[in-house]
Amino acid sequence: MNEAKIRTEEMLLNMGPQHPSTHGVFRVVLRTDGELVLESESHIGYLHRCFEKCAEGNNYLQVVPYTDRMDYLCAMMNNWGYAAAVEKLAGIEVPERAEYIRVIVSELNRVASHLLAFGTYGLDIGAITPFLYAFRDRERILKIFEKLCGQRLNYSYIRVGGVTFDMTDEILADIEAFCDYFDPKIIDEYDNLLSYNGIFISRTANVGVIPAELAVSYGVTGPSLRGSGVQRDLRRDAPYGIYDRLEFDVPVGSGEMGQLGDCWDRYMVRMREMRQSIRLVRQAVKDIPEGPFCDKKAYRAVKPKAGEVYKRVEGARGEVGFYVVSDGTNIPYRVKARAPSFCNISILDKLTSLSNVMLADLVAIIGSLDIVLGEVDR
Amino acid sequence: MNLFVFTNFFAQAGKDLKDLGEYAGEYSSKWDSGAYEGGLFFAGLIKWLFSTNEVSSALPFAGTVNGLMTSLAADGSIFPELGGLLITIGVVFGFVNVFAIGAVWSERKVSAHMQCRLGPMEVGPHGLLQTVADGLKLLTKEDIIPRLADKPLFALAPAIVFAGVLMRFVPLPFGDKLIASDLDLGLFFVAAVGAVEVLGVIMAGWASNNKWSLFATIRTATQMVSYEIPIGIAFVTVILCCGSFSLMEIVNLQGGDLAASDGYDYQGWIWHWNLFRNPFMPILAIVYFIASLAECKRAPFDLPEAESELVSGFHTEYTGMRFALFFLAEYAAMYLVAAVAVVIFLGGWWSGIYPLDAVGMGDEDGFLVKTAGVLIKVGVFLSKAFALVFVQMWIRWTLPRIRLDQMMYVCWKVLLPISLVCFVGSCLWELASGGASVFGFGIVVE
Repeated sequence: MNEAKIRTEEMLLNMGPQHPSTHGVFRVVLRTDGELVLESESHIGYLHRCFEKCAEGNNYLQVVPYTDRMDYLCAMMNNWGYAAAVEKLAGIEVPERAEYIRVIVSELNRVASHLLAFGTYGLDIGAITPFLYAFRDRERILKIFEKLCGQRLNYSYIRVGGVTFDMTDEILADIEAFCDYFDPKIIDEYDNLLSYNGIFISRTANVGVIPAELAVSYGVTGPSLRGSGVQRDLRRDAPYGIYDRLEFDVPVGSGEMGQLGDCWDRYMVRMREMRQSIRLVRQAVKDIPEGPFCDKKAYRAVKPKAGEVYKRVEGARGEVGFYVVSDGTNIPYRVKARAPSFCNISILDKLTSLSNVMLADLVAIIGSLDIVLGEVDR
Repeated sequence: MNLFVFTNFFAQAGKDLKDLGEYAGEYSSKWDSGAYEGGLFFAGLIKWLFSTNEVSSALPFAGTVNGLMTSLAADGSIFPELGGLLITIGVVFGFVNVFAIGAVWSERKVSAHMQCRLGPMEVGPHGLLQTVADGLKLLTKEDIIPRLADKPLFALAPAIVFAGVLMRFVPLPFGDKLIASDLDLGLFFVAAVGAVEVLGVIMAGWASNNKWSLFATIRTATQMVSYEIPIGIAFVTVILCCGSFSLMEIVNLQGGDLAASDGYDYQGWIWHWNLFRNPFMPILAIVYFIASLAECKRAPFDLPEAESELVSGFHTEYTGMRFALFFLAEYAAMYLVAAVAVVIFLGGWWSGIYPLDAVGMGDEDGFLVKTAGVLIKVGVFLSKAFALVFVQMWIRWTLPRIRLDQMMYVCWKVLLPISLVCFVGSCLWELASGGASVFGFGIVVE
């Protein structure tokens, strides 16, 4: 048969909303030519829970649990972002001890979140064992949190004016024990197992390259931005809490294994950030002062004056920002959340149109952006 | 139900193809050294060696087996070998099932212990009966055929995949003289029938009418076509060195004068294994092992059922017993490629220690010694094969999956050239050394 007469056509492929590698209910419609993905079109909104509208019907303290459910993998930072915004609006002073506790729990939560990102990324690439190793260690952090606030995922621990419960010496000892256990032995183990595995590198290096300008123009933040070599971390550039008193480095991608800003760089930034987080936790645990853990008045009720405020913190996935408008009552007039995952995932369609990616690469790219659909849809 | 249909299918095939079978038998006996009497029919199904007096007299339950066979054969006037056929199928089928149950359990245990887990612990001691329970569950599951699926193909595919694997067990020995049928073209048969399985997989993916399954199907086809070539070259090299296609013969050669028909005047030690025959063989063995991972769709070559990409590949739409057949076939294939590696590289049932291998091989040995000899050989063979299966599992739970283009790259640009070099190198080595092994021990055939 004459080859020219064979009719070939592209195939439209629906990936998700139920798909193992979309990390939640996320749907991408792919135009494929064999294994090549020519174009992708993201569809979000399957997990929309009206966070912003709900926030308008509850008083300031009652909104905190809703923020947990946005990015449920690093709920501490969401709590912190919202609490910091309201504190700024109402002019509440946070006790010194609470600031230290906030750093400790947030950084531990960042480690837990990055561990999950590491594990699920391994799953996306086809390595199952790292996932269970990551869960083994994440479990230790969750146990600490459980001891601290009775919750393993949706902590609502950081609240307006401080934190909900005091940190006991026993928990501090647990945290120190975890740090000694985890760094450097366990992270080195992960690097041996996955990060420098030849197959893993060949699957992730030079895949899904995000140039720095593109990343900035799409509002990508967090490890996904730093993977492209952009030095930007709110903890250092716009310090909040007590971060200006602590020493830590901001790891960025350097294109070690391929091009700058590829999946491996983004992945590796997370691995290195875990070490920095442990470093921060160690410093904070060492220096933690005695004192109250929450502002007494704010513990009961908050009623800021009319006004508006935007406050952002560095979450595990990027900038978590809260824009809060007050009309002088005890119920926020408007709360707008800037969700890092939402901005990060917006670059996906651009990436697939920039270069021809294969189906397996698409999975690697989505995994390397480390999205949480609860946060994308809110 | 499937089991019955399946057995029936084979019996029927045997009947229909009696002429072909007779032809094959004739053909075979012309070339066979005569050690294994009896007919070979239809592309080689058949004939468990229990039917030869030699082995059955050495086994404790020979009486029962012979009795059963005689009674079965008595009224099988149209097809006198039917008894032997059924027993052969029964034993091979039984082995495949028992192995699959054990392998699924051990895979879960191996993975669990590698991942700081316990694995199944509830059903039976250390979860030993978990797979049995899962099997029962699968049996009771609803058999769903998607409305838009191509029903005949959809229903046929699992049987073809399973038959494709099972047929390859025919020329595969389990121990000294324990073989369904010692085909003269055994290794060729193993390679050729492997394609049947691919056919089934393609049918399954296509008939499911699911785009993800279709992806898996195309991937499977690509992968199989690529990886049969290095495997084929590995086979050819071994055939060239051993001078025989027969798996029995290849193993016997590695055991020296023990199983000797003609010309083997050396004692078989570990260095007479094909693995050490010349410097190219170890490389070739590794090439074969990698390619065999790809052939049975194991990680890192599990692209056809890549869970994180294709949900679960070509068997996404299958449920219940049809799914279980794919599952069985996968584990049977794992054992099969490992056992073939043992045969062609690792000395088959020879332990590599001459005195141990010699147990029960003497003409004047008693019943007990002979039985012990048979058991030792079966044990050695199975241990080697299981060790390789363990390595397959180990690799699966350690490595990530490679991408389709990388998979093709590994095959065409790495494995194929290496295997070709090994092939040519082995040829030259054989030519230069007159068949001597790398250690200088002469292997003189004829």
